[in-house]
Amino acid sequence: MSAFPLPRLSLRFIPVWRRNLRVWRKIMVPSIMGNFGEPVLYLLAFGYGFGRLVGDLGELPYMVFLASGIVCSSAMYTASFEGMYSAYTRMSEQKTWDGMLGAPLNLDDIVLGEIIWAATKALFSAGAILVVAAVLGLISDLRALLALPVILLAGFCFGACAMIVTAVSRSYDFFLYYFTLAVTPMLLLSGVFFPLEQLPTAVAALAWALPLVHVVEIVRPLMTGAWPSQVPLHLSVILVYGLVGLTVATALLRRRLMR
Amino acid sequence: MDPLDPPSIPAPIAQAQGLVKRYDGRTVVDHIDLTVQPGECFGLLGPNGAGKTTTLRMLLGLTPPDEGALSVLGEPIPERAREARRRLGIVPQFDTLDPDFTVRENLHTYADYFGLKGRARRQRVEDLLRFASLESRRDAPISALSGGMKRRLTLARALINQPELVVLDEPTTGLDPQARHHIWQCLRGLLKSGTALILTTHYMEEAERLCDRLAIIDRGRVVAQDSPQSLIRTHIEPHVLELDGPTAMAWLDAQTGDLPARLWRMGDLALLYTLQAAPLTAALEQAGIRYLHRPANLEDVFMKLTGHELRD
Ligand SMILES: Nc1ncnc2c1ncn2[C@@H]1O[C@H](COP(=O)(O)OP(=O)(O)OP(=O)(O)O)[C@@H](O)[C@H]1O
Ligand SMILES: [Mg+2]
Repeated sequence: MSAFPLPRLSLRFIPVWRRNLRVWRKIMVPSIMGNFGEPVLYLLAFGYGFGRLVGDLGELPYMVFLASGIVCSSAMYTASFEGMYSAYTRMSEQKTWDGMLGAPLNLDDIVLGEIIWAATKALFSAGAILVVAAVLGLISDLRALLALPVILLAGFCFGACAMIVTAVSRSYDFFLYYFTLAVTPMLLLSGVFFPLEQLPTAVAALAWALPLVHVVEIVRPLMTGAWPSQVPLHLSVILVYGLVGLTVATALLRRRLMR
Repeated sequence: MDPLDPPSIPAPIAQAQGLVKRYDGRTVVDHIDLTVQPGECFGLLGPNGAGKTTTLRMLLGLTPPDEGALSVLGEPIPERAREARRRLGIVPQFDTLDPDFTVRENLHTYADYFGLKGRARRQRVEDLLRFASLESRRDAPISALSGGMKRRLTLARALINQPELVVLDEPTTGLDPQARHHIWQCLRGLLKSGTALILTTHYMEEAERLCDRLAIIDRGRVVAQDSPQSLIRTHIEPHVLELDGPTAMAWLDAQTGDLPARLWRMGDLALLYTLQAAPLTAALEQAGIRYLHRPANLEDVFMKLTGHELRD
């Protein structure tokens, strides 16, 4: 067996995904309330509070600028949380994965199912913000619907990266490092709250090496009535992060659990 | 039948040859050979840390062996472990029931992992709720179940795919006698219907009652492998005299080396293993020493082969 075998992709991830969906459905009402509640608070507090000070950014009212940013950051946060705290709980505390491994499922199926589930939850929460933004009149036209598949891909990307952290974690405390060292900087550097042009070139260059800015670059135009540019490039970066994340996470988890 | 045909030997349902597993340079499974025939109940006995769980995990494809060849249900392991797991059931040493679900939902979800759908799944779940006598607790959360109920549910879950082989790692540890008898009853039912079992246990009585054959393993090696009766016959003297208390010990100390028995002694307790009990019992009666005379059992074999000192 080679040290870094590629993950074997298979539709057997579906029962794993469905298991998580089934649990989510049991607590659907509070989940959905949370999906709507938090972004509404963000939008209102930042948008009205900050927006008054900032005014318009170029052509865009600050609220419109912010709404598209929050859709993307919410996808990142939701997928990261699910890929770390929730997946770790199922792996380590609840032994849910051990149960699945007693069935004809491989660890690869479980990891893929968990990451796609993280992406699904990202879609739920970012989708909820999209709805809120539409109700508040912050969306230009139906092109915004095209943001949904991009969000799903972004959720996959961030879920896969989070799964690497889960694979090396010995306790919940460890996740804080990842949030402090990766997620929060990405949030601040990727044009969610203010345009990237405000940053020094070196910092902007770093931001371009990370996935979130590429998500924002596609989603923001789509929500504000324009066509994004350089879509293949942006999608490739997101996809590469996702696939590398999946590969590394699967290899590390095999080493951790199948020893 | 054509007399020239070789006598048909049924293919073993599980076979391990030269199985080795090392953790951090320590050999925990050391060249184990096992053969389990269809329909039989095969036991793995061994002190804590002997390597029972590790052996089972290798058999199930949950950890790769460092050396050796393995096949289960005709599938090479670990290469086709997933295909083998499709046709077998697993009761792990520690429960892995899903705490996010109720009793019924646990079975339902597990059925989904096996690809069961629709009517067939509902029917199977109902059958297994009845099998585990958990119909009245169908909507209970896992946290509300007693240890015995959890174990029954785990066993029911292992049967969701009507397996040809069920692998059970200490199925009755920590259960009260009633719960244990209930599990034994279930296992006997499975054996009657032709399902093969591989089980580990620390209860010699359980092994003696259920197993057709068993392997005693110690420090990762098989030290004996046979039927319980043959093990008792070949490895130990048939009669055991148990003595305890200071008077008995004083009597033992006074015997000058010509005791017609193998003696094992710890503190105030002594066991005398002998081919012929009569001379000893006569001497004991004469001295007025209380003793217990019983036939040798599997526990005696186990203690003789694995030593009396504490493990782990
Ligand atoms: N993943 C692991 N990493 C390192 N050592 C391990 C691992 N799994 C088992 N071991 C070691 O291998 C040895 C055999 O363990 P195993 O669990 O197979 O014993 P067992 O016979 O099942 O014991 P018990 O009766 O206590 O369940 C033990 O010394 C254990 O500490
Ligand atoms: Mg064990």
